Amino acid sequence: MPEVLLETRSLGKRFGAVIAAEDVNVSVTAGEIVGVIGANGAGKTTFCNMVTGYLTPDLGQILFRGKDITGCTVGEATEAGIHRSFQIPQLFPGLTVYENLLLAVGVFGHRRPPWWQPLVRPEVENEATAIMERYRIAESAATRVDRLPQGVRKLLDIAMAMVGQPAMILLDEPTSGISTKEKFDVMGNVIDALRKSAATVLFVEHDMEVVGRYADRVIAFREGRVLADGTPRVVLEDPAVIEHVVGRRPGHPPDA
Amino acid sequence: MTLLRSVRLTTVGITVATVVLLALWPLLPAWAAHTVAVSLGGGLVVLGLLILIRFGLVSFGQGLFFAIGGYAAALANQFLGITDMLVMSVAGIASAGAVAWALGYIVRGHRGIFFAMLNLAFSMILFGILAKTVVLGSTDGFSVGVPTLLGFAPDPEAGRLTFVLFGFIVISTAVVAWWVDRMLASPIGYAGQGVRENELRLRYLGVSARGAVHIAYIAAAKLAALGGVFTVLLIGHVTPEDTAYWTKSGEFVFVAILGGSGNVAAPFIAQAVFELVRTFALQYAPDAWQMLLGITLLLVILFLPGGLWSLADRLRGRDA
Ligand SMILES: Nc1ncnc2c1ncn2[C@@H]1O[C@H](COP(=O)(O)OP(=O)(O)OP(=O)(O)O)[C@@H](O)[C@H]1O
Ligand SMILES: [Mg+2]
Repeated sequence: MPEVLLETRSLGKRFGAVIAAEDVNVSVTAGEIVGVIGANGAGKTTFCNMVTGYLTPDLGQILFRGKDITGCTVGEATEAGIHRSFQIPQLFPGLTVYENLLLAVGVFGHRRPPWWQPLVRPEVENEATAIMERYRIAESAATRVDRLPQGVRKLLDIAMAMVGQPAMILLDEPTSGISTKEKFDVMGNVIDALRKSAATVLFVEHDMEVVGRYADRVIAFREGRVLADGTPRVVLEDPAVIEHVVGRRPGHPPDA
Repeated sequence: MTLLRSVRLTTVGITVATVVLLALWPLLPAWAAHTVAVSLGGGLVVLGLLILIRFGLVSFGQGLFFAIGGYAAALANQFLGITDMLVMSVAGIASAGAVAWALGYIVRGHRGIFFAMLNLAFSMILFGILAKTVVLGSTDGFSVGVPTLLGFAPDPEAGRLTFVLFGFIVISTAVVAWWVDRMLASPIGYAGQGVRENELRLRYLGVSARGAVHIAYIAAAKLAALGGVFTVLLIGHVTPEDTAYWTKSGEFVFVAILGGSGNVAAPFIAQAVFELVRTFALQYAPDAWQMLLGITLLLVILFLPGGLWSLADRLRGRDA
């Protein structure tokens, strides 16, 4: 039987009067690709923030590989093997694509040298190059990140998150800001690359077609609670989901 | 771009500069040798600032560690009778390292203006303590005798700056600059770029931004202290006014901007330019010194935002 990788138990989080999470029980099995849907403010990003240690839940527990990681730091969650990409890509804007990856590999990759030893060496450069090729951003290698189109930024953000080969990756709206035409290309590309790395994936997505195509399982959030959890066919046809999630789309402004 | 520099090239440059300076010793007039040595001492403090600048941080209080280095040497001499320059250097570095380790827990959580000003605050406190404490020499400070090296005592007739002291300063500075260059090209240096560019991503790469800042802070403090030891050995005297006073800290930031953060050589070149201009200005136009500094700073910020070092990059046709 496959291992349960991530499990949350009755997670709760409030910001003042706003309920961002309440009684969230989610479990993700190794190898799964889970799609997360929900209207704006449903608590999807908050969920990612809590699981990766960026926010501490007010209530509940987070277990990763059976180990309680509730309240650990971002660094500890990252070391444990949960990485993430962001709704708004978090990159090093003054550096080129290649340098971004060198930096990521250099401070975190499996081939990083000891922290006091010079880092530009073949192993690091080769790993950075291989990652660029895997995510098909090699032609932008020498471009500064603040001059990149949104699609490439999104890809680089995911590539950076995959440095160090996490057991699990959370993608927060990987296709937001990308034209409908390119969405499937980008997502197909990413899912391919992630499958090759054998990472378990949880992705937040507003486009139901993308969700239907790539998710093995779908979790729908509403006002901080899990509204539905099951196969895409069942969840995407659920009347409550259609009313509260699917019906409200499309065209929403992205946030942080 | 700074990330892809070759460490090997800088190593060659440092070696050549060291050999040239040592070979020039017999030819250098006393004032020139003094200027070189003083510039290396001050340049070390600025090199520490360069590390912080690579992390996106500025300290307006490096005089704190400069003073700790200078006073460690002077107190070791005064109260323990130590004259060995190597022992004094180690004492300065160790004291500053310990203080920076402790203060680091406070400053590492701060960035920008708060980081800069916290350091200023610490340096002002030290200034107050030094100036008010009689055993620490109060405002008069201490004199320090001619230093020795590993039992070798230079001829006292030869003056303060002997070949032993000169060689010691040149070689130690070279070793330290080489080490800093390697550090900047190592994961810790890259983490510094990360702190400057995007701390959130850095944290998600499993790096503690605070831990990295703490390491850089201690390294910068040790460099400032070594610069303080050298300066006191060269001048033969230490006072609170010349080390911990806030104008001294400001001067180091000035030189850091003048040199730029492009290369570990920049702080030394800028410090030498600064010393030369000061010497001539004080001689020929003592009243215009402040104005001259102001104008220089203005010109550098407007026309050479990458500092003097960016001239070298321009000559080689690289964009700075
Ligand atoms: N740091 C914060 N401080 C205060 N309120 C917050 C904070 N983070 C999130 N919230 C609130 O919590 C709720 C859930 O936000 P969250 O960002 O998790 O939603 P989301 O599902 O990711 O929405 P979107 O689709 O717009 O990205 C929202 O009402 C939001 O305003
Ligand atoms: Mg969100």
